[in-house]
Amino acid sequence: MDIRFSGFGGQGIIKSGTLIGKAASLYDNKYATLTQSFGPEARGGACSAQVVIDESPVLYPYIVAPEILVTMSQEAYEKFIADLVPGGILLTDKDLVKPEKIRRDVKMYSIPATRIAEEMGNRIFANVVMVGFFTAITGTVSPEAVKKALPGSVPDRFVDINVKAFEKGYHYGLDLLGETIAAADSEPAKVT
Amino acid sequence: MEADPIGVATGNHYIDGDHACAEGAIAAGCRFFAGYPITPSTEVAERIAERFPKVGGLFIQMEDELASMAAIIGAAWSGSKAMTVTSGPGFSLMMENLGLATMLETPCVLVNVQRGGPSTGLPTLTGQADMMQARWGSHGDYEIIALSPNSPQECFDLTVTAFNLAETWRVPVLFMMDECVGHMTEKVVIPEAKRLHVVPRKYYRGKKESYRPFSFNGSAKTAPMVKTGDGYFIHVTGLTHDERGYPVINAETQDKNVRHLVNKIRDNEEKIRLLEEDGVADADVIVIAYGISSRVALKAVNDARNKGIKVGTLRLITVWPFPEKRIRELAATTKAFVVPEINMGQIALEVERASRGRAKTLLVPHAGGWVHNPNDILKAIEEGAA
Repeated sequence: MDIRFSGFGGQGIIKSGTLIGKAASLYDNKYATLTQSFGPEARGGACSAQVVIDESPVLYPYIVAPEILVTMSQEAYEKFIADLVPGGILLTDKDLVKPEKIRRDVKMYSIPATRIAEEMGNRIFANVVMVGFFTAITGTVSPEAVKKALPGSVPDRFVDINVKAFEKGYHYGLDLLGETIAAADSEPAKVT
Repeated sequence: MEADPIGVATGNHYIDGDHACAEGAIAAGCRFFAGYPITPSTEVAERIAERFPKVGGLFIQMEDELASMAAIIGAAWSGSKAMTVTSGPGFSLMMENLGLATMLETPCVLVNVQRGGPSTGLPTLTGQADMMQARWGSHGDYEIIALSPNSPQECFDLTVTAFNLAETWRVPVLFMMDECVGHMTEKVVIPEAKRLHVVPRKYYRGKKESYRPFSFNGSAKTAPMVKTGDGYFIHVTGLTHDERGYPVINAETQDKNVRHLVNKIRDNEEKIRLLEEDGVADADVIVIAYGISSRVALKAVNDARNKGIKVGTLRLITVWPFPEKRIRELAATTKAFVVPEINMGQIALEVERASRGRAKTLLVPHAGGWVHNPNDILKAIEEGAA
């Protein structure tokens, strides 16, 4: 599974990729290789993290066409949307990404991750809210594995609040999936 | 000997190659680091700076790379296991004192996380174009050991090996990473200290008057060292010297001195060498690769095998000393060697030379900034098998 997390520097994009890769390789018993790319700027520039998750060792470390694309900024969305494979999954921050032309051949799911984090007291948790959302929507990693991956990845005193941020994103995702499934279930009824 | 548990971060980690290299050094007993930060090697220095205070190590950010290399030579002679870390531009600046380290037979480790060059080139992107500089970068005749890891796990394991080789052969060991491996994050398992083999410094404890800091006995053992503070009066110099370490400027001493520097590595190539071979016995084509290219090549090898081509792989874990004899043996039984490397042809030249025309050598060059497209390697495999 080829995954790209993208946004701007300072949003914790690389950390998102690290959490997913760590969860998959240390706690879900898979192989996960993370690579990252960023501009010379420390903050504000386009930034992305690529994670390859596989049942066998990863040979080619880079990603050309991801199957899952996570975008947390308009710039990142515009830069990477064309590379997403047909049938792929697109996750966006609802408030920060406004797709002009929606790709009909991919499944798009949105969450106001930054707004949810701000309601928790600090937008710094937005990436972990997104990681929770990602976990629920894609099923690529188990929620237990991500929660195990948080200690050691964030400062000790912030582990609890990060777990909460994760849960918020995760449940938002589950609810959204529930609605999608409900909508899909109700469709045949409409037809008849 | 077992590693000192204080330096071993036992457990499962999800870290990049740079961080794993730092952990390998600390586990191997490195307690002195001098360096000047440069992308993409900075994370090694960063982790060492953070970890050293907890293990009693000394970290110095130097004024430049010349001084960094000089400092680790001094630290080694004062009894420390010492390391420096750099990338292309800094590697060039370290070349003069790397020569001094070889001449003084100083055990130390120099890490080069290779980026694209020449000059400042591609600071944040990968390359493998310093491989010949690793062999020939300093002036004069000498032999050196260079290792090339292809995963963060190996960045840990082989950094320990690098320190062990440095102590065993009293030689600076070059740890030739590439940016891709350095900045790639994967699972790294660090074993318990008692399961890590660490070669300690060999010290002389005998009579002061009979101590000789060098032993020019050809390919046999290197002389034990002494360290400052132990009361031995010694002299070491970059000038051609005798076994006492004093300069003797004539052809006879030069012959003994240089032959020893060269032969202690050359004659022991088979003891030093670390190779990984797969399916070479009946292969029509053998892919020879190192570093990240050896992983990308495996994808092409799998594709070629699916097409029914008999292809084997030879991975150079030690790139220097070059496994000349092994390549020559394989050249007798295979049609072609395919050598993908992220440079315009460096190790391919050695493969071609060692195979002495018995097998074709097909270079798959890449100028740097990215890894090979596996299809380019596959095409060369098909060409070699035809």
